[in-house]
Amino acid sequence: MSKKNISVWTDNRFWQRSAAWVTGFSAILLIWLTFDTMGQIAMGNQKDIDAHTVKRVPSSTVINYKVEYKMNARRGHEVPVIGGDDGKGNSLFTQKQKFFGRDDYSQKEADALLHLGKLGTQAKNCMDCHTLLGNGAYYAPDLTKAWLDPAWGKNGALQAMTRKNTKEEAMAEFLQHPGRYQTHARKMPNLNITAKEAKGIVAFLKHMATIDTNGFPRGFGKIKEETVYARSK
Amino acid sequence: MQGQSSYKYESQKLASWYFTVAVILFGAQLLLGLVAAAQFIYPSFLYDILDFSVARMIHINALVVWMVYAMIGSVYYLLPEETGIETVGIGIAKLLFWILTIAVTIVVLVFLFIQIGPAKMSSIWLINEGREYLEAPRWADIGIVIVVVGFVANTFLTAMKGKRTGIMTVILSDMIALAGLYLAGMFYTDSITMDQYWWWWVIHLWVEATWEVMVGALAAYALIRVVDAKREIVEMWLWIEVAMLFGSGILGLGHHYFWIGTPEYWWEIGALFSSLEPLPLIGMFVHVLYDWGKEKGIKENTGQDTTSNNTPALIWLIINGFGNFLGAGVWGFFHTLPQVNIYTHGTQFTAAHGHLAFFGAYATILVGMFYMAIQGKYGIKKLRATFATKMSIILLSLGMLGMTVALTIAGYEQVLIERGQLGATWNAYFIAQNQAWMVQAMDWRLIMGVVMTVGFLYLVKDLLTISKNPKNVY
Repeated sequence: MSKKNISVWTDNRFWQRSAAWVTGFSAILLIWLTFDTMGQIAMGNQKDIDAHTVKRVPSSTVINYKVEYKMNARRGHEVPVIGGDDGKGNSLFTQKQKFFGRDDYSQKEADALLHLGKLGTQAKNCMDCHTLLGNGAYYAPDLTKAWLDPAWGKNGALQAMTRKNTKEEAMAEFLQHPGRYQTHARKMPNLNITAKEAKGIVAFLKHMATIDTNGFPRGFGKIKEETVYARSK
Repeated sequence: MQGQSSYKYESQKLASWYFTVAVILFGAQLLLGLVAAAQFIYPSFLYDILDFSVARMIHINALVVWMVYAMIGSVYYLLPEETGIETVGIGIAKLLFWILTIAVTIVVLVFLFIQIGPAKMSSIWLINEGREYLEAPRWADIGIVIVVVGFVANTFLTAMKGKRTGIMTVILSDMIALAGLYLAGMFYTDSITMDQYWWWWVIHLWVEATWEVMVGALAAYALIRVVDAKREIVEMWLWIEVAMLFGSGILGLGHHYFWIGTPEYWWEIGALFSSLEPLPLIGMFVHVLYDWGKEKGIKENTGQDTTSNNTPALIWLIINGFGNFLGAGVWGFFHTLPQVNIYTHGTQFTAAHGHLAFFGAYATILVGMFYMAIQGKYGIKKLRATFATKMSIILLSLGMLGMTVALTIAGYEQVLIERGQLGATWNAYFIAQNQAWMVQAMDWRLIMGVVMTVGFLYLVKDLLTISKNPKNVY
């Protein structure tokens, strides 16, 4: 058989070069997009909140504010709302809410709490049971908007069970003694979480709920399960 | 160390060490998978002793590590055959094997017995990094990088000195990318969005780009050895595959950036490029069947023996072609569009895809490479499938397929009830978990896990005994 190539389509060098060009082009595009994304996801600070600048990942000091998850008229899905909204799902950054009795955490204090909380979620390996931003394991509920879960709120089953008066105290209590508050046959193990660590982790969860996740999870907490499944445990 | 082996090169002997550890870790993966699967059904099983998080962590890390071991082994195996010379610095390569194996053992023991630490950086450095798939503590990360740099140096120096084939060129460039990407996962940040952005660089660009290219290269090598495929043709296919895999896979990364805080433009980029990801997988499947049929036809026409040189490896190669397309391609495409993914993200749907994709794309071809090494070890001209070969193929494949179907049904139910109907809360999650479809699916998943484990035992038996029976070799 003749070794002479009759067409460029059967020429190995042509395909080798194509592979190199395609790979190079894709990689450059990815790097360029990464630079753009890095700018957009850089964590904000209190100055942004003061200036009413919406950040995709806001300042750790959002723990001083009321946080909700509301339909945004322009974007057509829910977005985190910080400090009250204008009726169209845009944050006003005005309404404060106490977090462990205070609503004046400085940037430094809030950063330290978030640092402790994020480290805690890694050191305790939360992600191998739960999902965070939808990534992780599927043995326990998603934590992306856990802060906004009605079960932790006033009249919520989990807050009632821990006999605490606020969401953050109920969550912190649960994290320290998960074995005591069993809601289902599958229960969270005791992870030796200290009171200090629990406070950090709750700050981390509140902060995570304010990250703009493009509407994920959709319709979070919109339907009260109890009314749909009256007979369910 | 390996008895009366007849490996032509020390590099291939080293490969067999890597393969041995890979098989042991494969077993550990299955065992811990069974524990985690059982905990879905009996939540009190090993509660506070070996919790789900620990079992699952070792399950997925054993998976990644056995595959990395088997890939490194595969490269050391084919390196001298491709280049025509013994691997340069083989002594150092052997030392690196022991360093890596000791490090892996320590990490596994720490995972098993220490499990978690306080919320301090020292926990990240010494115990557990707490990031799915990259749980190995930082000290081990650094160790892994050093070992991998040594491995890349070995292969590079060997390829420079010896013959430089197309397959070797692909493997060399792929390995540099693979090793370099690991660095993207080695830092700590307080921002979960930033964390997951770079975390996906490692996870996605490994399993949906560089690992796939490695599979393409191994398949190319195996086709030449097993069915006497023509190198020129195989290497041309390989370059096309590289172009298509990287062309779709690199920007396909965008499908992980839909919901983690990253901008909306990733919806379009992720949807478009990840939808293209199945195309090269179709190509790879067609390519394996085509070359096999073509070579068989040529041999038939010229009156030669048409059986392949290594039937077990060939069967695994074909299952790889189809499994890669089905698990990574079809099951991946199911939930890759953002319109679907907003509901399926983080459900058992992902688990279904993950299981079939890792098996179909990687486990299959790496098991095929184990059989290549058995053939090389005893200098067997033609290796035939035994009863145990067939049992292991049937049980492993059907077990995995059954498990995938079960998890898909579970995911479907979870998507409809927890996500669609009830809005993804704590209570919605548990209501969905208690539905009959979920409960039954979890039962079937465990049963299918047991089926796979029996298949694995047949595989081990076969790898240990296939060469001993003269009926199987000629």
